[in-house]
Amino acid sequence: MDWQYFWELFFGGLTRGSIYALIALGYTMVYGIIELINFAHGEVYMLGAFTALIVAGALGIYGFPAVAILIIAAAVAVIYCAAYGVTLEKIAYKPLRDAPRLSPLISAIGMSIFLQNYVILAQTSDFMPFPNLVPQPEFLEPIAHIMGASEVLIIVTSAIAMAALTLFIKYTRMGKAMRATAQNRKMAMLLGIDADKVISLTFVIGSSLAAVGGVLIASHVGQVNFAIGFIAGIKAFTAAVLGGIGSIPGAMLGGLVLGWCESFATGYISSDYEDALAFGLLVLILIFRPSGILGKAKTQKV
Amino acid sequence: MSATTATAAVNASAAVLDVRSVSMNFGGLRALNEVDLQVRQGEIVALIGPNGAGKTTFFNCITGIYVPTEGEVRVTPRDGRTVTVNGMKASEVTTLGMSRTFQNIRLFPTMSVLENVMIGRHCRTRAGILGALLRDPRTRAEEQRIVEESYELLKSVNLHQHYQDQARNLPYGAQRRLEIARALATNPFLLCLDEPAAGMNPQETLELKELVLEIRERHELSVLLIEHDMSMVMSLSDRIYVMEYGSKIAEGTPEEVSRNPRVIKAYLGEESHA
Amino acid sequence: MQGLKKSILVSLWFMFLTFPLMVIRIDSLNGTIDWRWENMLGMGAGIFVLSFVWRFMLARKEAGRAAAAGGAMSARGAWFERLRSDPKAAVPAMALIFAVFLALPWVFSTYQTNIMISALLYVMLGLGLNIVVGLSGQLVLGYVAFYAVGAYAYAILNSNFGLGFWAVLPIGGAMAALFGILLGFPVLRLRGDYLAIVTLGFGEIIRLVLENWSSFSQGPSGIANIERPGLFGMQLSVNEATTYIYYLILAAVIVTIVAVTRLKNSRIGRAWQALREDEIACQAMGIDITTTKLTAFALGACWAGFAGVIFAAKTTFINPASFTFLESAMVLAMVVLGGMGSVIGVSVGALVLILLPEYLRAFSEYRMLIFGATMVLMMVFRPQGLVSPGRTKYNVPGADGVGADAARPAAGGNA
Ligand SMILES: Nc1ncnc2c1ncn2[C@@H]1O[C@H](COP(=O)(O)OP(=O)(O)O)[C@@H](O)[C@H]1O
Ligand SMILES: [Mg+2]
Repeated sequence: MDWQYFWELFFGGLTRGSIYALIALGYTMVYGIIELINFAHGEVYMLGAFTALIVAGALGIYGFPAVAILIIAAAVAVIYCAAYGVTLEKIAYKPLRDAPRLSPLISAIGMSIFLQNYVILAQTSDFMPFPNLVPQPEFLEPIAHIMGASEVLIIVTSAIAMAALTLFIKYTRMGKAMRATAQNRKMAMLLGIDADKVISLTFVIGSSLAAVGGVLIASHVGQVNFAIGFIAGIKAFTAAVLGGIGSIPGAMLGGLVLGWCESFATGYISSDYEDALAFGLLVLILIFRPSGILGKAKTQKV
Repeated sequence: MSATTATAAVNASAAVLDVRSVSMNFGGLRALNEVDLQVRQGEIVALIGPNGAGKTTFFNCITGIYVPTEGEVRVTPRDGRTVTVNGMKASEVTTLGMSRTFQNIRLFPTMSVLENVMIGRHCRTRAGILGALLRDPRTRAEEQRIVEESYELLKSVNLHQHYQDQARNLPYGAQRRLEIARALATNPFLLCLDEPAAGMNPQETLELKELVLEIRERHELSVLLIEHDMSMVMSLSDRIYVMEYGSKIAEGTPEEVSRNPRVIKAYLGEESHA
Repeated sequence: MQGLKKSILVSLWFMFLTFPLMVIRIDSLNGTIDWRWENMLGMGAGIFVLSFVWRFMLARKEAGRAAAAGGAMSARGAWFERLRSDPKAAVPAMALIFAVFLALPWVFSTYQTNIMISALLYVMLGLGLNIVVGLSGQLVLGYVAFYAVGAYAYAILNSNFGLGFWAVLPIGGAMAALFGILLGFPVLRLRGDYLAIVTLGFGEIIRLVLENWSSFSQGPSGIANIERPGLFGMQLSVNEATTYIYYLILAAVIVTIVAVTRLKNSRIGRAWQALREDEIACQAMGIDITTTKLTAFALGACWAGFAGVIFAAKTTFINPASFTFLESAMVLAMVVLGGMGSVIGVSVGALVLILLPEYLRAFSEYRMLIFGATMVLMMVFRPQGLVSPGRTKYNVPGADGVGADAARPAAGGNA
């Protein structure tokens, strides 16, 4: 067995999986609170990558150093994605809180199409090159043959982001309010929790994580276009369902599992059906274990 | 336990519904704990108990909405054969002849009042896709029969004037009666009513009581009824079962039950501060 | 005053929000930045106006809801209701529309006839999807997969076995229906929103297979030289063939309208609607939701299959790029715009969404943007669509005197 190849695939999967996990968290958190598949979430991720691209391009022209560009671009992307996320919720979902279930979903699909075309019209439908901003420090030389600096950055940053989120949810007042709202919105409201605020916060956090994912992947892959959100969104959604939708550790686990599945399948079998794999997996989970790995099966109350 | 021994002698073979030690768990919560219950032909049986006792869960278990964790539910439809229904789909149970209403009204809100009842006739009619596309005389005749029978049922619950309205625009009490008409349209031998008087004013409740009695006569069916309105339960039921925390705590005639100290403590105690 | 302040704030917010994408454009070749400040001003002004419209519409929706609860019918659209329900008005109207459609190819150029053909194809697709989404309430996002099945069935059977259009039309429909059932079985237990995503995935898988399985579908390059439908073995010129296909698709649309209307008003159609309204109550009323869902899936898919065969025959060339998710989304937008469950509405919705961008060139660039916005705005302001489904008339003996007009005020009084 070729171990070098195996480890390459392993870390490749870990890298992908971390990104899926970051996006999946947004799906799972929103679903946990308002039981909606935020179909436009992938687009928020795409907007993050695009915003970072523009900021990085502008700063590059002004001659900023690479690391500074990366940090500023990421920060701006996070702010903007949070803003987009909240605006999205206010326009497309909030007026539909009491509507039949299908309505917000259709509205979300509409938003997704709208945002993609907004980017096409405001910028371009072509692929845009993303500058290589991640330095290759010397201490990473020993592992350079299996993973590059940008991959290390992705894994480390995602790990930190997810740890921070876990701590936030567990220990802060707002985090507890979120958990309470997820369990029982009516009861949480009776106890004085402002549901609107919790929902907005959920969108802020989910979108920020997606932005981080967008920036990381853009600098890793080196190009961005309007359509990257669609496929990434579906895959991240698969990850969320795989882990058990509504469950935060589930989304992280699901992301990693999906990343590895894809990486090993394309590495050892064939890359023709790389994108179909996620869909196939999604269909299989939903049929055989719709509650996912960490989710609990629920009987609908009648 | 004296009430239990009184009915131990019930001849189970005459029962149209025979439930034996049914239990239902939701994760760690035991919502039903070995509940026994019988309904005999032509009887009106009431199931009472405080909120959260598991009454609705019991309905869901016997009508196929939930699959009970343990126990057996047997029914004897009009044709006389006895069938075990736990594990069956809800639609199959209804087709056998056990029909229900819902505590939190579940009409088809944007369909018309008449169409709501026509849906009830679905399992007693046959027309398929080909019939729908070709509109052959047989399909048309069947369709017309559905309309007429449904309209008759609407008359019997006094909603025929509203037959073209959307169900969601009916007042609350009328929606409850529409649910009853819809359930009757499936031609049941046993009608299960989940808190039919909830939200009704005293006048409406009185009319409802008359309606239930009339339905039993006209359609020759048995009724299983969950209700909180004590005066209605006491005057309407032949027998009463009392539940608390998922378990049956008493059963018997209205007099027996109302004298039962456990019932007074568990149920009537709650009633007084409700 | 309050509104003015709000609108200014909203407008400022959107100027901020759209700043990087709308204002900055990087010219990486010359290393310059193109600052498009005019976009920001336009955005600010546009949003300022839109926010007033938004609030006005929301208020009107609230008012409309209150009125509906009181049993009142809006005066707006009353003429349309009359037109629809009164045969004296409806029959001439329909005859007129029919005559216009019959005359079109003689008035139009071949180019315009071709546009009408694709518009009518979308009407057919919209009506098929309407069975699944509008009537039975199952949100299927991969509808275009069934369209692809029909198109490829014809393309492959024609180029490999020389089968003609009329032979493949039923085969294509049946194959699509089979795929509908195959997809339906595993996803039956899923709730609406999961179903949407799974069907989306299914649609993408079909497209990926068509792209990658070259020996079967010739991959991304597609299949060319597909035969046009024959007319008693006559050799038709391209213009004649276009006219012929136009009448063919017109006939197909009419058949579809009749079929969907009949299905809607049948025992099966009622079961679909009950399923849409309340799945639990539907089961409890003795309707087997498995077969009900599967028939809806199969029939909806079957119609897409028919449309696919016609599409392949019309273009004589197909490739996987014609069957992307956007196509599914477009058809869904038509159903949503027209009114879920409404046959007239969906037909009008499809015509509007296809023809408007074609004839208003300025629109075509914004076409998908408008589609997306339409879906959101319709859901927010008018979820029932442009045309709410018509009420079925039943012949109720003994109810004379309490017909439609007499019953309404009574209902209003009590509600
Ligand atoms: N699907 C379900 N999942 C979890 N718990 C349930 C479910 N359905 C009912 N329960 C619980 O079972 C208990 C009994 O509820 P219910 O049968 O509705 O009571 P009742 O109708 O007597 O008021 C309650 O504690 C309720 O919360
Ligand atoms: Mg109850």
